[in-house]
Amino acid sequence: MGYGDFILMRDLNFTIYHGDIFIIMGGSGCGKSTMMTILIGLKSPTKGQVLYGDTDFWAADQQIREQIIRRGGVMYQSGALWSSMTLGENIALPLETYKNLSAAEVGEVVELKLELVGLAGFKDFYPSEISGGMQKRAGIARAMALDPEILFFDEPSAGLDPVSARRLDDMIIELSESMGTTMVVVTHELASIFAIGTNSVFLDVSKRTMTATGNPSKLLAESQDPTLHMFLTRGEELEK
Amino acid sequence: MVAPAEILVKSSSENVLELVLSGQWNLGQNLPSTDEVLHRLESSAVKQIIFDSQDIAGWDSGLLTFVKRLRKQTEEKTIALDISGLPQGAQQLLALAAAVPEKKDARSAEKRRSFLTILGEETVELYRSTGQLLDFIGAASLALMRFIRGKAMFRKTDLMLMLETCGGQALPIVSLISFLVGLILAFVGAIQLKLFGAEIYVADLVGIAMVRLMAAIMTGIVMAGRTGGAFAAQLGTMQVNQEIDALRTMGISPMEFLVLPRMLALMIMMPLLCLYANIMGIFGGMVVGVYMLDIGFMQYFNETVAAVRFWDLGIGLFSGFLFGVIVALAGCMRGMECGRSASAVGDAATSAVVTAIVGIIVTTAMITVICNILGI
Repeated sequence: MGYGDFILMRDLNFTIYHGDIFIIMGGSGCGKSTMMTILIGLKSPTKGQVLYGDTDFWAADQQIREQIIRRGGVMYQSGALWSSMTLGENIALPLETYKNLSAAEVGEVVELKLELVGLAGFKDFYPSEISGGMQKRAGIARAMALDPEILFFDEPSAGLDPVSARRLDDMIIELSESMGTTMVVVTHELASIFAIGTNSVFLDVSKRTMTATGNPSKLLAESQDPTLHMFLTRGEELEK
Repeated sequence: MVAPAEILVKSSSENVLELVLSGQWNLGQNLPSTDEVLHRLESSAVKQIIFDSQDIAGWDSGLLTFVKRLRKQTEEKTIALDISGLPQGAQQLLALAAAVPEKKDARSAEKRRSFLTILGEETVELYRSTGQLLDFIGAASLALMRFIRGKAMFRKTDLMLMLETCGGQALPIVSLISFLVGLILAFVGAIQLKLFGAEIYVADLVGIAMVRLMAAIMTGIVMAGRTGGAFAAQLGTMQVNQEIDALRTMGISPMEFLVLPRMLALMIMMPLLCLYANIMGIFGGMVVGVYMLDIGFMQYFNETVAAVRFWDLGIGLFSGFLFGVIVALAGCMRGMECGRSASAVGDAATSAVVTAIVGIIVTTAMITVICNILGI
């Protein structure tokens, strides 16, 4: 993957299994968010495939791609809530667009999603009227509106205090366990990586490729890659 | 009272120069330069410089930048700088600053481009941006067709809001501009027509000019600045906040959800605003005619009605409709191709206004030529 002639990362080959909480991790500038944009259909890879099951996403026609996209939900780093709509309207939009529900049913689903993220009662608030952490949670509620099979999170803990970050991690685990949703999380927050990650890929910015994939705790215990070790231990050198 | 920063240069041995620093070494104070030190170095065989900072009353980045500058200048002369005599904090900061070497290739050096290279690159860019423009127009047309078939995905409340913004809220500025344009046309025309005793034809001049051309152009330019810029800023900000990405990843077409209501609002409102501008412009001309040229109110009115043809009105309203589409497309296109920074939003708004105005003028020229060919 890259931009124009500049190749950011090459030879990326990993699998995200159903039910995984999959962490895309790496140092700053390694291309984590770029990888996310490729997976969610905003940018095509320079070369290669993204397979959803047996379907090559980028080779499929527009209609198939739209169907695949609708099976996923995305929580952006700052929430990316539509600022001209209330939280309720943000969550209601995909429901009104794709589900044949009455207004009352839409309202019930909206309230449920807000309750799941701890924002009950904030339906009529605009994004500008709530805190950054609350916007992130509202972003999750919107991403979950259609009960997606896969949820993408772009730096969910960025800018949050430790307690709020922990609560967000707990929510991700709870959602994964209760709904069986596959989660793909872009992050470099170590506490979150170890708390929630069941599978991962490490992008090495100096080598411009992936150098490890697997459960983060296992990687820390078993990997002999000094760069990965330094990343997972906040700078400790690997003892030889 | 703040003791000024001072430096005393001493030779502590044949090869060692000692710099005794005293006073307040803070930015904003009149700090000594490195010239005196360098001057002493010229006429001696100094191999090392040491510091004595016991008499420093206070320091900040002013001290650090002095030492860094001196280090750079003495490195060229292969003279060693021993900083162990500096305050402990200053030593630690200087070590931290030197810890990560400067990345020499962090930004690729700008090569000088020849005129032909620049011309070639601009031509390629023009070709690319023309393609983008045609793509955008095509996508907007498809969205319009989906709307006609009743399949477009957008919120009715957004359309209502746009109609209000583009219509009712624009009336004051359109009133003012159109009235003044009519006034100015009448005034300028009157000066010449008076010479021939043909003042009454001011009514014809203002009527035809406003109805056929000027009302649409002036309204279009006003809306380009007022509404086109606003559309670009709105959509540009949404682009910065990833709101448009969020629509795309939800399978909702930004063309239908964002561009279509804006385009429809201007397509509906611009002809109505032009009609209103016609009335205000004729009224402006009437003020000159009645009060300056002593033309009777009804006489002016009748002369205007007699002069303005159906075709003039039709051309004016059609021009207004086209200008509405141009303003909407320019604003929305620049907004959606906006970069992801605050300055990019400003650039997008400016570009939207310029693009819309250029589009209006070019379209006016084309309409004029076509009408001339058709004889209408």
